[in-house]
Amino acid sequence: MSRYFSEEHEWIDVDGDIATVGITDFAQGQLGDIVFVELPVEGATFEKGDDAAVVESVKAASDVYAPVSGEVVEVNGELEGEPALVNSDAEEEGWFFKMRLTDASELDGLMNESAYEKFVASL
Amino acid sequence: MNMTEVDHADEYQELPLEALPLDGWHRARGARMVGFAGYHMPIQYDGIMAEHQWTREQAGLFDVSHMGQISLTGEGLDAALEAVLPADVSGLKAGRQRYSMLLGDDGGILDDLMISRRGSDHGPDGDDIYMVVNGAMKYDDIAWLLDQLPDAITINLMDEQALLALQGPRAAQALASIVPGVDALFFMQCGAFVWGEHDLWISRSGYTGEDGFEISLPGVIAAEFADALCVIESVKPIGLGARDSLRLEAGLPLYGHDLDINIGPIGADLGFAINKRRRADGGFIGHDRVARELAQGAALRRVGLAIDGRLPAREGALVFAGTKQIGTVTSGGFAPTVGAPIAMALIDPDHAAVGTTFDIEVRGKRLSATVAAMPFVPHRYHRQPS
Repeated sequence: MSRYFSEEHEWIDVDGDIATVGITDFAQGQLGDIVFVELPVEGATFEKGDDAAVVESVKAASDVYAPVSGEVVEVNGELEGEPALVNSDAEEEGWFFKMRLTDASELDGLMNESAYEKFVASL
Repeated sequence: MNMTEVDHADEYQELPLEALPLDGWHRARGARMVGFAGYHMPIQYDGIMAEHQWTREQAGLFDVSHMGQISLTGEGLDAALEAVLPADVSGLKAGRQRYSMLLGDDGGILDDLMISRRGSDHGPDGDDIYMVVNGAMKYDDIAWLLDQLPDAITINLMDEQALLALQGPRAAQALASIVPGVDALFFMQCGAFVWGEHDLWISRSGYTGEDGFEISLPGVIAAEFADALCVIESVKPIGLGARDSLRLEAGLPLYGHDLDINIGPIGADLGFAINKRRRADGGFIGHDRVARELAQGAALRRVGLAIDGRLPAREGALVFAGTKQIGTVTSGGFAPTVGAPIAMALIDPDHAAVGTTFDIEVRGKRLSATVAAMPFVPHRYHRQPS
């Protein structure tokens, strides 16, 4: 399994043709206390860059974009009752949704962990 | 994802932003700074929820130095101010503070503000009226006042002064430990105090719904004073983010969001700030609209909304009764003390009774909302026993 990162502060774990998507620890830190996560419905299909989810922090609503194209096959129901999981464990338990990839070549445009760390440091 | 800092895009301006006296102090304490009302301001330190909670339980120190502090003096001051404010200025005793508004010619709210009569030794010509106005509006307010007030009145923007607010159930104990005697003030009273050799002007008031104080002091000693407060165990600095969630829970409107030039005092549910004499006799700019809306009602009314579920409705969300749009959310968010989303909205008065339910549309979804009595969290002001 390999982990990718987007410039929109999402992480993507890829296992075969299934990608698990969440927001990075840096992103949750910037957003602050998360009070609600609006997840996509299972079966929804997204093109890369589509609005896929919304994170509501105390101060604002932020869109989460689909980092790659695909069909949503599972969402993290835990976030409904406990949105603060995104604050406490953004890059594991706080995952958002899983997608079946339609175009694995889109992963080539994403960063690895060290490239993402450099990207964040440059902000 | 997008990383917009806040939803109040209109106040979060592009450069150049100015630095306030506590700029370096906030940064040294790890604040995240944003642009607000033309200044670099701290939006949060530890996190909005924790800071909100701290203020409700302990004492939160807020830097509100962006606000406009204005001293007004001159012959015939009371009468001159009664022509531009709907407040009972002539009945304002020394050492007392009142909430009021500047109204435009058509009765729309230009800004909301506090006025105090400080007593005999303040201002270049003796007895002054001290006014605190919103930071984003202060230059517009001064231009308006210059236009409206007679030449005999001097308007002094006290831009060397900082303004701090200490709010919360432990505020009185904390402040009195460095400024003895301040705990003798009751809500909406004010007075002159000293800290070392420095003059302070302190009112027992604030914008969180909690007991607390607002302290006007020279900008050059603001950091030293803030340090003296923050060594007290119950005191922590609090950012603008928690200030917004605290005032929303307290049912207090925010200019530029819940109040603006399109709404008058009656629609804004601020009729309490206009007493019987001023309602009846008028004689202030905007009285026609106040009288008309008192008699006939306003086209829109500011109400509080309790929202079902967990999804917050933000400023700009539309309010519907069935398919008919009846209003707009003017501010909203998750209320940490309530533990649920709340909002304020301007809506058709036919739907404004407490308990009325309707829908708010958020990203194509309908949320059920109920008109709720405000404040959402009870005020805990230290009122003078009557």
